[in-house]
Amino acid sequence: MTYELEKIKTLWDIPKEEHLVGGHSLCAGCTAATIVRHLLKVAGKNTIVVNATGCVEVSTTSFPYTAWRVPWLHVAFENAGAVASGVESAINALKIKGEIPVEKEINVIAIAGDGGSFDIGFQALSGLMERGHKVMFVIYDNEAYMNTGIQRSGATPFAAWTTTTPVTRRIRGEWRNKKDMFDIAIAHGIDYVATANPAYPVDMDSKFQKGLSKDGPSLVHVIMPCTTGWRFEPKYGITIAKLATETAVWVNMEYDVGNFSVTVPVKKRKHVREYLKLQGRYSHLSETEIELIQEQIDRKVEEINKRAGKEVIGPLEA
Amino acid sequence: MVLGLETKKSELKPLSTNKAVAEAAKDSNVDVVAAYPITPQTTVVERLAELIGEGELDAEIIHVESEHSALSAVIGASAMGARTFTATSSQGLALMHEILHIASGLRLPIVMSVAARALSAPISIFNDHSDIMNQRDTGWIIIFTSSAQEAYDTIIQAYKIAENSNVLLPVMVAYDGYVMSHTIEPVEVLGKKVAEEYIPKKVSWNRLDPDRPITIGTITSPDYYYEFKYAQAKALESSLQHILEADSEFKKKYGRGYGAVEGYMMEDAEIAVLGTSSYFSNLKYAVDELRKKGVKAGAIKLRVYRPFPREQLYELIKGLRALGVIDRSISYGMTPSGPIALDLMSTYRYKNIPPIQSFVAGIGQRRMLIEDFVRIYEILERRASSNSINEETLFYGVKGIDI
Repeated sequence: MTYELEKIKTLWDIPKEEHLVGGHSLCAGCTAATIVRHLLKVAGKNTIVVNATGCVEVSTTSFPYTAWRVPWLHVAFENAGAVASGVESAINALKIKGEIPVEKEINVIAIAGDGGSFDIGFQALSGLMERGHKVMFVIYDNEAYMNTGIQRSGATPFAAWTTTTPVTRRIRGEWRNKKDMFDIAIAHGIDYVATANPAYPVDMDSKFQKGLSKDGPSLVHVIMPCTTGWRFEPKYGITIAKLATETAVWVNMEYDVGNFSVTVPVKKRKHVREYLKLQGRYSHLSETEIELIQEQIDRKVEEINKRAGKEVIGPLEA
Repeated sequence: MVLGLETKKSELKPLSTNKAVAEAAKDSNVDVVAAYPITPQTTVVERLAELIGEGELDAEIIHVESEHSALSAVIGASAMGARTFTATSSQGLALMHEILHIASGLRLPIVMSVAARALSAPISIFNDHSDIMNQRDTGWIIIFTSSAQEAYDTIIQAYKIAENSNVLLPVMVAYDGYVMSHTIEPVEVLGKKVAEEYIPKKVSWNRLDPDRPITIGTITSPDYYYEFKYAQAKALESSLQHILEADSEFKKKYGRGYGAVEGYMMEDAEIAVLGTSSYFSNLKYAVDELRKKGVKAGAIKLRVYRPFPREQLYELIKGLRALGVIDRSISYGMTPSGPIALDLMSTYRYKNIPPIQSFVAGIGQRRMLIEDFVRIYEILERRASSNSINEETLFYGVKGIDI
């Protein structure tokens, strides 16, 4: 363990210290700031952050200002995994050589968006996980290239409008499914992989805590509703995040040294329409298309329940 | 061994230049190595892995999945305060291109060896300088070395230069792929004492430290970016004096120094040819041949390429009747087509210099024997005598093209 925190079980257990401070220029209602703020609360001050190019990077470090109270390094878009590997290896080498006290525990966290992890950052992320560096990789997934203005990525879900999957005569939003990062990470043989949601901060923060406690790589993949890209009013970010889990569009789960579990079970699911209707990126969908998406979710829920060995995600509400 | 040196005691080893640079990284007591295999650089990392495995070097080795990640990883490690080393060639250096700019922009003292090799397509694993020349504007200090000994010494000097708080720039130490990378020469190695005597560790750059958090690699607006870049340009320009100081101190301690440029038989030379890396040795043999025939020929080695040693080189060329410059890469669509010839013609535009004949040779390691270098001198002499030197590059050694 790299910090003396009690296990986070309630909101009251979340540390009060802030290491990402106000004054940054992320959009009003951006849930990335919520995620990173919580991440740093859990990680504490003995933490080094490596940030891939993206919304969080450009909006928190506008020279000569910075929103970071922990050491922070940005190099490029596609290499957060490699840079974090270098930071971690340097800590090990400098400890061996007595330049850094052996007992000093320093967390190394890589933060990237879906572009910097699913797509351009995939190779470096894969290398990091395969080599076993003690780094926690946190993905804030807003399901498209939001920093450059809403272009589709490998994380864009089926049917979502983006500026490169426009709703036009021949194209009706994204026509492919989202890449499965959870199982890709598990396939690397790492100890801890989780999905999380800022609408469930206790669950999310305890996952950050677990990830940091591992002796090797861990990956926490967090859904991040984006007000500008998903086309909703800034006040609805957390509402939409909550609906994502209530409809089982997003399942909060974890893989911990071989054990799979759904950490936020859902007794009765809401219809996916509840989630879609609040977002402009889905406003073109017909009833038939919405039902098609619902069917996809039903199939996914069946698979997850099978994997969990019991019904952790319940049936649709009547 | 030279007598009267401050420090003595060293050992002679048979080493290829690849093995010599690995030995130099070991003797520099590096903390983190990250590299990806590419021909003809590969034995550098193999040797370093052995040295770490045998306990001769305490360092972390990162088996990265690409050269892009190799440089990214050493940036991370360097930002953490570690002394870092990487090595590459050709496509690997090209793949690093984006990150080369970031390493220099972040002012990190990374040292990299490059076994120079041609670029695709078509693919060639053999030597030329296309890889290096494509990176000349990345803000790195670039030094060409001409022997395994010089490469060994220069890697050690490179840490002295890079970590100098007046410099803080990454250094690329280049040598010819295969011709040098795989040729075994006697090398006097200094052992690990050199790290304590000549390059003691002191983190002179901004580093990541939880007790003193700083933000590295920020975004800048048009109000700030320019000053960063101006400071970087000035730092590279003024690094030449520190490169020369490091070389003098090395010479004082260990008896070997190289300068920014080197001349051979230049005192009374009327014509001379400039080359880099292993070509300088061949040029020297050619000069000896020509001198026997009564031609007052000389040879020039350009060792420090960036920053460009403008004044030092001028001293060597100013009195010549004609100068030939051999480039081993092509600046496509430009006349002259040789990057170094182009550098000379532009940097001395307002000075009184001899006519410069640009040659391109050795592309993809097209064979160049001593007699070919002699021929280059003869072509230069002929053109100088007939006043027919112009800015057109002569492509020496292309089949079916006679010059």
